[in-house]
Amino acid sequence: MKEKPVSAGDDALPSSFIPHPSSLLFDGWRLAAVAIALLIVVPLTVVLSSLLSPEREEWGHLLEYVLPGLLANTFRLALGVGLGVTLLGVSLAWLTAACDFPGRRFFSWALLLPLAVPAYVTAFVYVALLDFTGPVQTWLREVAGGPVAVPPIRSAGGVIGVMSLALYPYVYLLARNAFLTQGCRALEAAQSLGYGRVAGFFKVALPMARPWIMGGLMLALMETLADFGTVAVFNYDTFTTAIYKTWFGLFSLQGASQLASVLILLVFALIAAEQLSRRRLRYTQAGRHSRADRIVLSGTAGWLSAAYAALVLAVGFVLPVWQLGVWTAQVAAQDFDARYLDFLWHSLLLGGLAAAITAAAALVLAYARRQRRDAFTQIATRVATLGYAVPGPVLAVGIVIPLAWFDRQLAFLAKDWLGMETGLLLQGTLLAMLPAYLTRFLAVGYNPVDSAMQRITRSVDEAARTFGVSGLAMLRRVHLPMLRGGLLSAAALVFVDVMKEMPITLMTRPFGWDTLAVRIFEMTSEGEWERAALPAVALVLAGLLPIALLVRQSERA
Amino acid sequence: MKFLSILLAFAGLAAASASAAEVVVYSARNEQLIKPLFDAYTKETGVKVTFITDKEGALLQRLKAEGQNTPADMLITVDAGNLWEAAREGLLKPVKSKMLAANVPAHLRDPGDRWFGLSVRARTIFYNTQKVKPADLSTYEDLGSAKWKGRLCLRTSKKVYNQSLVAMMIAEHGEAKTEQVVKSWVANLATDPFPDDTKMLEAVAAGQCDVGIANTYYFGRLMEKKPGLPLAVFWPNQKGSGVHVNVSGAGLTKYAKHEKDALALLEWLSSPKAQNLFADVNLEYPVNPAVKSDPTVAAWGTFKQNVVNVSKAGELQAAAVRLMDRAGYK
Amino acid sequence: MTDPIQCPVLIPGTPLLEVKAIRQGYAGQEVVKGLSFNLAQGSIGCLLGPSGCGKTTVLRGIAGFEPVAGGEIVLNGQPVSRPGFMAPPERRRVGMVFQDYALFPHLSVGDNVAFGLQGWGRAERKLRVAELLEVVGLPDSGKRYPHELSGGQQQRVALARALAPCPMLLLLDEPFSSLDVELRERLGLEVRDILKQQNTTALLVTHDQHEAFAIADEIGVMDQGVLQQWDSAYNLYHRPANRFVADFIGDGVLVPGTVREDGRVETELGVLSGEIPVECKAGCPVDVLLRPDDVVHDDASPMQAEIAHKAFRGADILYTLRLPSGRRILSLVPSHHNHAYGELIGIRLAVDHVVAFRRDKARE
Repeated sequence: MKEKPVSAGDDALPSSFIPHPSSLLFDGWRLAAVAIALLIVVPLTVVLSSLLSPEREEWGHLLEYVLPGLLANTFRLALGVGLGVTLLGVSLAWLTAACDFPGRRFFSWALLLPLAVPAYVTAFVYVALLDFTGPVQTWLREVAGGPVAVPPIRSAGGVIGVMSLALYPYVYLLARNAFLTQGCRALEAAQSLGYGRVAGFFKVALPMARPWIMGGLMLALMETLADFGTVAVFNYDTFTTAIYKTWFGLFSLQGASQLASVLILLVFALIAAEQLSRRRLRYTQAGRHSRADRIVLSGTAGWLSAAYAALVLAVGFVLPVWQLGVWTAQVAAQDFDARYLDFLWHSLLLGGLAAAITAAAALVLAYARRQRRDAFTQIATRVATLGYAVPGPVLAVGIVIPLAWFDRQLAFLAKDWLGMETGLLLQGTLLAMLPAYLTRFLAVGYNPVDSAMQRITRSVDEAARTFGVSGLAMLRRVHLPMLRGGLLSAAALVFVDVMKEMPITLMTRPFGWDTLAVRIFEMTSEGEWERAALPAVALVLAGLLPIALLVRQSERA
Repeated sequence: MKFLSILLAFAGLAAASASAAEVVVYSARNEQLIKPLFDAYTKETGVKVTFITDKEGALLQRLKAEGQNTPADMLITVDAGNLWEAAREGLLKPVKSKMLAANVPAHLRDPGDRWFGLSVRARTIFYNTQKVKPADLSTYEDLGSAKWKGRLCLRTSKKVYNQSLVAMMIAEHGEAKTEQVVKSWVANLATDPFPDDTKMLEAVAAGQCDVGIANTYYFGRLMEKKPGLPLAVFWPNQKGSGVHVNVSGAGLTKYAKHEKDALALLEWLSSPKAQNLFADVNLEYPVNPAVKSDPTVAAWGTFKQNVVNVSKAGELQAAAVRLMDRAGYK
Repeated sequence: MTDPIQCPVLIPGTPLLEVKAIRQGYAGQEVVKGLSFNLAQGSIGCLLGPSGCGKTTVLRGIAGFEPVAGGEIVLNGQPVSRPGFMAPPERRRVGMVFQDYALFPHLSVGDNVAFGLQGWGRAERKLRVAELLEVVGLPDSGKRYPHELSGGQQQRVALARALAPCPMLLLLDEPFSSLDVELRERLGLEVRDILKQQNTTALLVTHDQHEAFAIADEIGVMDQGVLQQWDSAYNLYHRPANRFVADFIGDGVLVPGTVREDGRVETELGVLSGEIPVECKAGCPVDVLLRPDDVVHDDASPMQAEIAHKAFRGADILYTLRLPSGRRILSLVPSHHNHAYGELIGIRLAVDHVVAFRRDKARE
């Protein structure tokens, strides 16, 4: 007989009461969630505080001449892009996750590729190709021997089309995850109850995937509302146009911040409404599609599906990248030099670090939200994801102002206590840059992690707790391995987004720390779009790396 | 080495290494247009120039937020309006320099000596040589007349170059008349305003419209790439106030840590040897009257320029933006 | 083969779990209303009741997942739950087998079982995992993953995992509900053997009385948050404390009768003797519980009943009989007595212990 091992003794029961964690005032998880939320709230508050002293003169002018038209434009754009990304994202996700057709394995990862191309680059390529002076219309005029009536690319339809193509991967990625884990059972149940396959899709599969589809849609809409670069290429004025005009044209950052605040509040209301509408629903589903589970589309249906996927891929990725390649070939000899290695390295490093930090923060938030169901924690996690809805430059200012203030305090301290002239310690260092990225991209990282978290049943947590595993240990031993897919999605999305990001990078980067995106800015700031093709192609290639990782993960799991 | 550079970037030492012979520049003029100059300056004097590029608005806010801790000694922009705004915000420091006063004409620098133009950017009229006779052209204002109905192309009103142009018109004609001119332009547009000058020039060349307003260096760049295009320069308002010009310029920041070195750099930039480099790299006009333009630029001919001080462009920019909104100029 | 690892033995027979008048509820609605019972060291208890009766809430209260609003839960002499206080589950040394098993999908079977063995030495951990997989009959499955196992196998892994760290008390939440009936009964007996072999004190929650009978030593029948009776299976069946228990446990019908002067009960099937509700005096109307085995087939009996329904059960046939009054009763008859529908057969009562409930009071 062997003696019992350590700790399994008669005294293992607590000799005194341990109060339940939720009754503790000092609570690690809630504190962590609040700390992360604060990091994001500070710049938002800087922006929102502008509302305290309204710029009546600017508002009067904007309300009379600018906003009515812009609001209509913005609404049309949001509606169009929302519809576009949902149609593209959900249909492609369903085809690659639940069906089988020729080339499915290839398309299931290739359809993520448009993510690697910045939307403003796709926009420029399409305007260059399809505008009056572009090769397509020029050729048409030559063939017709005179003017031809072609719907203009620089129009609402053009912007909506390009942005839908650039942003659908958010919906595609999340919806596909949902469809993959949903299993066929529910759909079969619907079929047994007399619904056809199509009706079953709308009655069961789609509603079950709703939180994930909405998650992706929210990301796409937030990016649409905050976008300036893409709409500027089309000269399509939206609400952000008013923000920029007020800041750069009227020299009123105050007024611009007020407009941005309205945008933040609007998005917050949107998120709250969406949350409220599915508050009563619980989604946990297990099981995976095995090969045999797939609906096999054979014959015409199969080839049509393949053609559809190929078309989206061609228009959303192949064509723009091909055009970039052509331009690059023209300028590479003149512009390419050894510094591109540094640009690439900086882009990858910033993307990688920001991705890691953001995924970690998203994990902490999602876990805190799971562990603490009090309203305070819930709101903190919601607020923490608002940074994505603010136009980049406005947020950049919101970040730099408190940062500089903090730096000043540090400098005073250093002078008083150490007698040192330190200058700025944080501004222009990675220590400032990474939290700034976190502020902007937490929403992107949070959505996939949270939806993966929601799919872990409660009893798994409880099982772990009965074995004395809780808190950090439970996160490490139970949730982390089960969240691998969600975390990887989060990291990959943030990675790619950070590499494409411009305003925050420009404003907070250390001296000499230029990235590929900065390079694109340098070229485009004086309208040399063709020369921007070289860094853009490099950016696309660098973006393939995290996407390839993501794909490998989602295929394996 | 890589590892070291990351460490430095984390610790902020890269920025804080304040050696004696160094100038730190915040520049809205992009890297490929300023780096050759800084490299030449370092080679000549041994003074290191550290710089960072960004949009004007962002740089101004950054300077403002950093206050007296700012590492920046000099601010460079690509228009007068933002220099005027920086001066108004108290971010720039007046400097007394005989050399600058001699090298930079009075209307291309701040009356309070807080900033100085370094290159001239002329915003003028371009026409399709197959469809327009130069004799039909006269002034900016005339582009609003009935004969140009459906033949005019413009860049977006959101670009500061157009805001400056309209601001200078307000300075000359007053708001009411300027508004009428802008309205008449909008009525003559052949198509929606373009996002940039190059696209607009291409549209004129392709016959989508017949005339347009652009900065000369865009024209120069385009013609270098596609020499056969049916495009030509026209210098308007020669009987009146002259061609609208703007400047790319610079000023010393209020809290410059290397004031002397920065002033030396600024003076050098206005000197003949630097002026050609500054202007020619982007086919702009030197600000220093003693310096000749690049041969390509010189081939476009000489013109009379508007000599109202360019600081008016900043002063009246907000009024110009509002006016263009009222006129429906997108 | 090395010696098995022995879990620490507590003094047998002492109350390991004391549940004292606990109240539980969510959002102002009381789900458990003053429930009390004790579970002795080494015995297997069961809370049995229809769904929604609050039994799972009690189980989760004992595990430490739900607070109590009143009363107290005492584990091995230590209070662990009281209003406002709750020792966290990880400090209770209570194991749990979940309805959905809650196996960790990212861990192999062996790693699942080893999950709770933190702080054990490597060799001991390995030994314990092998031992338990042996015990649950899956000795070679350590390297497989949960999704590669059948439902019954997953169930055994969940049991092995819960038993591995030597819990003081094992809780099982409807552990067989997702298995098919045949497997359910077989596994039930198996689990009982395993628990007894491991000398584990356990509390089971189920709505299936056969499951309860197969595993438990003591069973508590719950309804609407109240414990109706805590007793052995035999007593629940033969001496139900009230009409609900009588109805819920086993088959049977209630036949009306009247208490006579001598304390016996007169029914249409004859006069019966036994326990009469104390407050019932002569003339008091009662319902008498008749189990199917109380009604015996006897061709010689003058009492005749018509066969209204029959259910073949292998060794027996369960007949539903229609009395002349039209009332239906059940009778369990050896299966070689095979009669057709509509046939009249002779029956007599073989009741040695009458259970009767006062009628007016019970008719709620």
